Amino acid sequence: MSGKSVLKRIDWLTVLFYLMLVLIGWLNIYSSTFTEAEPSIFNFSTLHGKQFFFIGASVVAIIVILALEASFFERFSSVFYAISILLLLGLFAFGKTIAGATSWYNLGFFNLQPSELAKVTTALALAKYLSDIQTDIKRRKDQLYSFLIILIPAILIVPQPDPGSALVFFSLAFVIFREGLPLYYLGIAFLAVLVFVTTLMFGTIWVSIVIALLIVLFFLLKKKRFKIPVLPLIGFAVVAILFSLSVNFVFNNVFEQRHRDRFSLWLRLEKDPAKLEQIRKTIGYNTYQSEKAIESGGFFGKGFLEGTRTKGDFVPEQHTDYIFSTVGEEWGFVGTATVVILFTLMLLRLVYLAERQKNSFSRMYGYGVISILLIHYFINIGMVIGVLPTIGIPLPFFSYGGSGLLFFTALLFVFLKLDTNRLKEGI
Amino acid sequence: MKKILLSSIIVIIGITFLGRLSYLQIFSFSPDQVLEDPAIKAIYDYPERGYIYDRNGKLLVGNDPAYDVMVIPREVRALDTLEFCTLLGVPKDKFIKELKKARIYSPRLPSVLVPQLSKQDYARLQEKMRHYKGFYIQKRSLRYYDTNSAANVLGYISEVNERDLARNPYFKQGELTGRIGIEKVYEEILRGRKGVQYIQKDRFNRDIGPYKDGQLDTLPEQGKEIHITIDKVLQEYGERLMHGKHGGIVAIEPATGEILSMISGPTYDPALLVGRERSRNYSKLHYDSISLPLFDRSISFEKAPGSPFKTLNALVALQEGAITPSTSVGCSGGFYIGRNKKGCHCGGGSRNLNSGIYNSCNAYFVGVYRKIFDVFPSMGEGMDAWEKHMESFGLGNYLGSDLHTGRRGRIPNRAMYDKWYGANRWSASTTYSNAIGQGEVAVTPLQLANMTAAIANRGHFFTPHVLKKVEGKDIQDPKFTEARHTTIDKKHFEPVIQGMADVYNHGTARWVQVPDIAIAGKTGTVENFTKIDGVKTQLTDNSVFVAFAPVDNPKIAIAVYIENGYYGSRYAGHIASLMIEKYIKGKITRKDLEQRMLEKTLEHEYAKPYSGEEFKINSRVW
Repeated sequence: MSGKSVLKRIDWLTVLFYLMLVLIGWLNIYSSTFTEAEPSIFNFSTLHGKQFFFIGASVVAIIVILALEASFFERFSSVFYAISILLLLGLFAFGKTIAGATSWYNLGFFNLQPSELAKVTTALALAKYLSDIQTDIKRRKDQLYSFLIILIPAILIVPQPDPGSALVFFSLAFVIFREGLPLYYLGIAFLAVLVFVTTLMFGTIWVSIVIALLIVLFFLLKKKRFKIPVLPLIGFAVVAILFSLSVNFVFNNVFEQRHRDRFSLWLRLEKDPAKLEQIRKTIGYNTYQSEKAIESGGFFGKGFLEGTRTKGDFVPEQHTDYIFSTVGEEWGFVGTATVVILFTLMLLRLVYLAERQKNSFSRMYGYGVISILLIHYFINIGMVIGVLPTIGIPLPFFSYGGSGLLFFTALLFVFLKLDTNRLKEGI
Repeated sequence: MKKILLSSIIVIIGITFLGRLSYLQIFSFSPDQVLEDPAIKAIYDYPERGYIYDRNGKLLVGNDPAYDVMVIPREVRALDTLEFCTLLGVPKDKFIKELKKARIYSPRLPSVLVPQLSKQDYARLQEKMRHYKGFYIQKRSLRYYDTNSAANVLGYISEVNERDLARNPYFKQGELTGRIGIEKVYEEILRGRKGVQYIQKDRFNRDIGPYKDGQLDTLPEQGKEIHITIDKVLQEYGERLMHGKHGGIVAIEPATGEILSMISGPTYDPALLVGRERSRNYSKLHYDSISLPLFDRSISFEKAPGSPFKTLNALVALQEGAITPSTSVGCSGGFYIGRNKKGCHCGGGSRNLNSGIYNSCNAYFVGVYRKIFDVFPSMGEGMDAWEKHMESFGLGNYLGSDLHTGRRGRIPNRAMYDKWYGANRWSASTTYSNAIGQGEVAVTPLQLANMTAAIANRGHFFTPHVLKKVEGKDIQDPKFTEARHTTIDKKHFEPVIQGMADVYNHGTARWVQVPDIAIAGKTGTVENFTKIDGVKTQLTDNSVFVAFAPVDNPKIAIAVYIENGYYGSRYAGHIASLMIEKYIKGKITRKDLEQRMLEKTLEHEYAKPYSGEEFKINSRVW
């Protein structure tokens, strides 16, 4: 296969979205790490200079990925997976600790974060396993193995500690659902989260009343047309109410104070203004400052390099996890909406691309890519704008971080490479 | 279903994010957040407060630089404490204590270490300051008074309080504002406008450069200098004359309504309320409950005017046609109200307008007062007309001057008497004390002086004011430059003024004559009651005198009101004559009189209600 044909077949629309996100991301990293004292843009001792270097490295990675055989990724996926697991294990012995988390290998010129690599390889491995002709997702055993592929890296990442990254792996469950795992698993998980949150917000009594009312309503409306088993439904309701009761117990007795604080911050449970002020200065500091920075941007923003809160470093970790607050302050609603729309369009485009794959490996890998990107984007922006609790994971293509940018690029472009091949191998 | 599930989730997340972002950035956003932004520090540049000059261009109030030694504890390096303390002129232990206090307040923010160094200390320190890291000298501007008088007119400045901050968003904590007097009334002119410089800070509160390259910064606007109508020499002289006496003196230039002097006794040196000792001095003045130095007796002191008020009754009677100058009333050493005889000091005999005024005959004026009401079909209508005439002289209401405070005084009216006695249950006899300026009538010395100016002008006056020029330009405010006319025709003034001239020539004030100056005046001796332990007790009379001079071309109209000064010419008359002489001639020819007035105090009178000692009223002791 010649390089020319790859360039003809590649989905340029996705590439365009990718380039725009990387460019906007870099501009904001530049702004949030910019100081008057270092006027040189491409000085590699600065953070934005380093990030620029990694953008270059990503371009090289893209060229390499596009030049390789598409079947290479499928064939070696198990090997990649094994390597990344070994690297994660190796962290316990050789890891470098930054900001309390032992998540990096020091390679001299740059720090490698194997958990970022593991995201790509796990997506590949899962796709490989599920697309195997012998795998039947309706079988319990195969369901179990699929989940194990996801769980192993996650379990290795949690003690680094990096629970945020570990959470990302669970998003790959989407792939399993797409391939036939009954949806009620997802439904039950969703209901559990709903009961959990509403119990914290409104208390067990209200949740119980609402559940009871919903069941009564259900019977009243549907009695004539369907025959509905009464007992399981009531059993379900009882389980839900018991779960609601246990939420209170777990929240008050199992959770530590810092967890409780995060939830009370997220769900706005604290009404006392004095305590609220205290929370804003302590555990809620990041969220409060980032919300304020975004709010102060207004509709049009303060302009590039004009963000006062950005310049004053009021938002911690602004060039990494909180990079979106710089967009909010300097580019205003125009900027934030642009970024949200870009992500939305890109993800929708990827869904479209995944669905048109004839090869099930490509399709499943595509779903893996979408799941990983979506959960990052959802949790990161949700956290920065204060609709989700604080979970520290980066914004893909955007946040400062060499490994992150490199492996998100690899994640995406492996899929785009597979996509260019869809007609040849579509058997 | 499974195919669209993921797409739906992506779209729902997008919409949720856009909703939240529009809430934050569009609905919660308020544009003017520069000052709320913790990343921006505003540094203010305060302009110098405007100077205040008197009517002849003599400086009254200026500014004096003061130097505070400031410290930023975090930046302090090891130093020779002993040498530095010697240089600053503070004991070492005090220095260490202050430094510790500053560090507790904030290691990063500047604190005052030694406040208000003198210019000499500053000169000595300036050279060596750079050796001491973390210390610097900050210049401040304090009010400097080139006079020790006129405190009641000038007022003072002090730090803004919560109310000022709430009322005027211009003010920031720690700024100064005019509190009373001219400093308050002309605050905006004198203050100027502070400049501001916005500095970008980081989260450690360190400066990292100008915000937006200084586009929003403004330069300070200098405070304007003003000239006031007060005559510094006359004001200072009047205050010396008021030594040991309680009361007020107000002198007005009748042709313009400009207040030449406005003296309240006792008063205080304005310099007391500046600088390090300010709060201690203020407390001392504030808690002096006998002499009340902070109480401005020239404008806030309402008392019965006494006999000067008779001139107005004469004018009203002439205007209403109740009398002619030759109408005579007999005085039998007193007059009857019903069956009660009230006394009169005039000596008795037949009185007409002229002799009624210059002898200050009570019987004559009670007769005149009755005749005014005879003109009208009912007492009520008579009282309405009388009240209207009196109010046209600026009595019974605020004059509308540009002074920060003042009182309305009181002119009784129909409603008041109806309430007191019941409708139609009162008559001229019930209210006869109005005829002689006693009882219900109350005026302030300013009103008294203004009323005299209206007589001097033969029927009109200008609203009294103290502002003369702003930045060398005369004021144009029509409120002060347009004449206000009384309801009395011009022709009726001459006979009354003749009477007042005769008061001075051969009447009750013949003792106060000044060589070569023709004065028209009117004495007043006002009965004075107070309550001691709940018992109504009469005190020594108040001494009142109003005058203007020269009679034909009045340059000055003056009212002097001395508490417990006994009869009109005894204190008030003499003081008024000295003031007039000082103003018109510029020097005093009657040295022994001057000496007596300067030295004589009435402290023993003021002590009477408090000492518990037996006392006689109106004792004839000089």
